[in-house]
Amino acid sequence: MPLQFDSAYNKRKRALQQAMFACFRVLSYSIVLVLFIILGFILVKGVSVINWNFLTQAPTDGMTKGGIWPAIVGTFYLMVGSAVFAFPVGVVSGIYMSEYAPKGKLVAFIRTMTNNLAGIPSIVFGLFGMAFFVNYLDFGDSILAGSLTLGLLALPIVIRTTEEAFRDIPSSYREGSLALGATKTQTIWHVLLPMAMPRVITGLILSLGRVSGETAPILFTCAAYFLPKLPDSIFDQCMALPYHLYVVATSGTDIDAQMPIAYGTAFVLIVIVLLMNLVANAIRKHFEKKLKQK
Amino acid sequence: MNKIEAKNVDFYYGTFHALKGINITIPNNEVVAFIGPSGCGKSTFLRLFNRMNDLIPGARLTGQVLIDGQDIYEKGVDVDVLRRGVGMVFQRPNPFPKSIFENVAYGLRVNGIKDKDFIRQRVEEALTSAALWNEVKDKLKESAYALSGGQQQRLCIARAMAVQPSVLLMDEPASALDPISTAKIEELICELSSQTTIVIVTHSMQQAARVSNKTAFFYLGEMVEYGETKKIFTNPEKEATQNYITGRFG
Repeated sequence: MPLQFDSAYNKRKRALQQAMFACFRVLSYSIVLVLFIILGFILVKGVSVINWNFLTQAPTDGMTKGGIWPAIVGTFYLMVGSAVFAFPVGVVSGIYMSEYAPKGKLVAFIRTMTNNLAGIPSIVFGLFGMAFFVNYLDFGDSILAGSLTLGLLALPIVIRTTEEAFRDIPSSYREGSLALGATKTQTIWHVLLPMAMPRVITGLILSLGRVSGETAPILFTCAAYFLPKLPDSIFDQCMALPYHLYVVATSGTDIDAQMPIAYGTAFVLIVIVLLMNLVANAIRKHFEKKLKQK
Repeated sequence: MNKIEAKNVDFYYGTFHALKGINITIPNNEVVAFIGPSGCGKSTFLRLFNRMNDLIPGARLTGQVLIDGQDIYEKGVDVDVLRRGVGMVFQRPNPFPKSIFENVAYGLRVNGIKDKDFIRQRVEEALTSAALWNEVKDKLKESAYALSGGQQQRLCIARAMAVQPSVLLMDEPASALDPISTAKIEELICELSSQTTIVIVTHSMQQAARVSNKTAFFYLGEMVEYGETKKIFTNPEKEATQNYITGRFG
């Protein structure tokens, strides 16, 4: 039988396929479109207030004027604080789960629990942070309590990315190292960790991006409505961008003057998160390049 | 003088009986080849000598494996020390994502050697003994991944030789390589056999015939026959061996 390119069946098949692809294309483009609409909306509404003073000064006149500098600083402190806590603990747990823990029910249980931890609403973390860090450990409303609470939130992401990064390394590298008389610890430290590092770092920074935008966990543990000066120590309260945004948008005295400030704050927050993601990419690429050259 | 001795070795992966009652003695500074069809247990047996099978959950051994008269499965035997003395080269080249120099120096470093001059000298010796020195001496700082597959495998041999093992285990070391690289590896095996006892698992009977003094034929978890390579390939005692080497199965 000769080839029949134009049979009715084939035409129908091709048409269906094209319709499907068109559908996929529209759906994926629309996601990007939504992102740009959000960014554009915030940019348009907030750009009028953004200038050097907005970025470097404290709020004034009942938060209807002035800038958001203390909130930027506060968010920065909270990010660093949560990283200092979540990174070592998360990486060590991830390594333990991938390399040391005997495969079986225990690891599966820990993994399920870690995933559940990631699914807990952030306000619950806030409540726990208040009960445990603020009251029980008596840290008070402080950067320390807020960082630890945010760190708990970041922990599941760091653990999971670390564990996956280690598990994806082919076992031939472990065998190669062990066969030379290296201990498991030496193998992890000298061979596996450098290989896993790009993904571990990426996971950390992405988790910090998430943390920097959280309001609920710091609501009861750290965030200040308004502070005239920058914090002096980790036992001071601080302002933070997401909470500041919430405050100016909901409990102001002069809505018309405050809404642009709220949008400006939102814009700065988004830019910080985007910058963090860019930095994450740059660090990952740097490590990958180093691995290839070395 | 016997380097390696296995007495009544039985080995299980969970409930699977992978090795059945194996006895073998491997003399010092000889090249011994393990041949047999896939799944016959020859790699499993090889990996007993540096306790690589310890990594497999559910694995169990009965019987004794002695190296230099010492039962290596006895309680209190330090596997790191054992593996330093019993090197291994794997089926696929597995250099670390480090420089050529650091790959070879790795075994020395993890064994606590810090003297830089000593390390440099050892690295050069090891690369020379793996017939790689002339090809890489000007690019020691470059990534090991810049080398070809055959060079990478010779780098792995150099890496193993740098800690001066008295036994070198090779698990189908040339099966992922082209014929020219394979020839180089075989040449190396002959040269290295003056320094160390070599046990090589291979699928290629020609290879076994070319490089080894003694050959063991494995089938279905048993060691069917073990003897001088010449005799195994020209006048085997068992019919199964005869059938395998003449290509009737496997």
